[in-house]
Amino acid sequence: MRQFVERHPVWALVILIAIGVALWLVLATWPPGLEDAFGKKKVFLSAVFNGITLGGLYFLVASGFTLIFGLMRNVNLAHGSLYLFGGYIGYAVSVATGSWLLSFVAAFVVVGLFGVALQILVFRRIEGQDLRQTMVTIGLSIVFADLMLWAFGGDFYQIQTPSALVGPIQLPFVTAVKSSGEAVYLQYPMVRLVIFLASVAIGVALWLALNRTRIGMVVRAGVDDRDILAAMGVRIQLVFVLVFALGAGLAGIAGVVGGTFQSISPGEDIRFLLASLVVVIIGGMGSIPGAALGALIVGLAEQLGSVYIPTYAIVVTFLIMVLVLAVRPQGLLAGR
Amino acid sequence: MAMIQDARLPPDKLAAATPMSALARTEFGNPAGWAVILILIIMPLLANGFFLIEIFGTTLILGTVALSLMFLAGYGGMVSLMQLTIAGLAGYMTAVLGASSNVNISLGWPWWLATPVALTLATLFGTVGGALAVRTEGIYTIMITLAIASAFYYFTNQNWVIFNGHTGINGVVTPHFLGVDWRADIPFYYVILVVAALCFCAVSYLARAPFGLALQGVRDNPRRMAALGFNVNAHRIAAYAFASFVAALAGVLQVWNYRQISPGSVGVERAIDILIIAIVGGITRPIGPFIGALIFVLLRTFTLDFLVAIGLDGNRFRLLIGLGFLVIVLFSPDGVVGLWERWQRRNRSEQARPGGERQGEGHG
Repeated sequence: MRQFVERHPVWALVILIAIGVALWLVLATWPPGLEDAFGKKKVFLSAVFNGITLGGLYFLVASGFTLIFGLMRNVNLAHGSLYLFGGYIGYAVSVATGSWLLSFVAAFVVVGLFGVALQILVFRRIEGQDLRQTMVTIGLSIVFADLMLWAFGGDFYQIQTPSALVGPIQLPFVTAVKSSGEAVYLQYPMVRLVIFLASVAIGVALWLALNRTRIGMVVRAGVDDRDILAAMGVRIQLVFVLVFALGAGLAGIAGVVGGTFQSISPGEDIRFLLASLVVVIIGGMGSIPGAALGALIVGLAEQLGSVYIPTYAIVVTFLIMVLVLAVRPQGLLAGR
Repeated sequence: MAMIQDARLPPDKLAAATPMSALARTEFGNPAGWAVILILIIMPLLANGFFLIEIFGTTLILGTVALSLMFLAGYGGMVSLMQLTIAGLAGYMTAVLGASSNVNISLGWPWWLATPVALTLATLFGTVGGALAVRTEGIYTIMITLAIASAFYYFTNQNWVIFNGHTGINGVVTPHFLGVDWRADIPFYYVILVVAALCFCAVSYLARAPFGLALQGVRDNPRRMAALGFNVNAHRIAAYAFASFVAALAGVLQVWNYRQISPGSVGVERAIDILIIAIVGGITRPIGPFIGALIFVLLRTFTLDFLVAIGLDGNRFRLLIGLGFLVIVLFSPDGVVGLWERWQRRNRSEQARPGGERQGEGHG
């Protein structure tokens, strides 16, 4: 942190001011002039919260994508299919058992095992051929998309939120002050906050596992140079399988989250594939903190964009990607 | 990268030395090639309207888009998934600048003004996209171009001012001059054929021209080419510009063909179809994309009847396409053209075996 401030004092100042303005916008009661120009503060705050929670969902999808890419150099373009698959599994389990938590476990395990099968049966055979692996993932994503369309049809499915989490919660953010002087606080769906906190917890756990454990050390070494790691006697194929399982399982969990937040239907796989692509391009390939930052930026840009410039919202996300590519082609938080 | 390098033909020294004669030898030298050309020219005598436009016209249009990808991937080593997006932008611009039934959106320019402007805009878009993509290497290209393609799709879906949202633009007016309706089946077929043939010849020529050779050098070893004084990124961006123009031409033909364009025409699935066409046909030769397109169009048109005929669900066309693509990628990285060439080489080597002397074919 201090290094960054010393090296880029101007940028640090700009970022600091931006954070300050953002905090003021969120915490302060908006003066009437601002409300006239910008609309109600409630709309803005909801968009920010939606953006942050959507960022949590994007992080869940993109972290698996970036892990797999970082270690195996495999651009898994079937990652969106894994997300959708997880969503369908979660829906089936939650309908069958009525348990929301069980659907997460089931989605993680089933999609994770599916990832293991993919790595062992397909990707191991064409290891080291980056482009060919990518092509294979494209072919797989087409096949999976059609198989899932076959099995589940074109309907929208929504996973039932458990009754304990249904309904809004009052947050300590003032949206407006009534003429009587009474403050109005923001009401926000509880389930989205719970899921967001869970995704933060998963992110922190991932970061700790990567930076503080032995297996994490092996994975990080593999990201840097997998040939040397293999030469050191580490069973790298086992590490590959584990990482692929973890990445796929995370996509499965994200599918359940997406099914609760929004809905799952054919076509969502491509939407979330695009989101993961943009997130890791912005954040930096192979970096977990990068995925978190990228997910936050993309989520906020998407939600704020769709509130304030509805017909050009996607362009905002896209322009951010272009800007990052122009200034820092390797991504904001890439290691190298 | 490995795939493209695997897929490359063994270096043909003779071909590199004499560009035009090599072109004549490889593409126009054999009687089969001339037969295909003749059949394509007299096609309106052989085929009715449906086959002429729906099968052969569509094949040539899709083949031209895939040809632009083949040029980038085969000679430049850059797999771009945004070629259909460039074609789509050219189509959209033709519809927006020209005349259509959406009078509040279309500006109503005559076709001779709208088409060049649309081509220019699309080429510019592709070049800028390429300039972004070349800032990173190898497989990142696929990610960035896929992101561009899907962003464009979602943009056309949500923008109503220019792209008219998910309904798109209908009733696009096609050119009508010199007393000929150029969208009537037979004239339109020849328009498509001429454009596709010109693009094919341009790509074949460029592959042997100094620019194409430098581009192939950049594909194989960018660092060495940079050390030799070639501007690596400039070559790559120029390749994107050329490929964008080819794709844009096909895009204009596409919108004239269907007389309408909507986000569905530039969807991510469609963009991936172009990759499938190029890979299945083979990205080592300009003829590959057209063969791939023919296979794709035939499958797309007749799978339903075929699957129903053998008692299966007729809607599983994409499953079939996906599986076919997987098989090709896993077992024959240089596509159908590669299969054909290997089969021919085996035949020839079997013939040559009694003599014992074989030249330049040991390293396959």
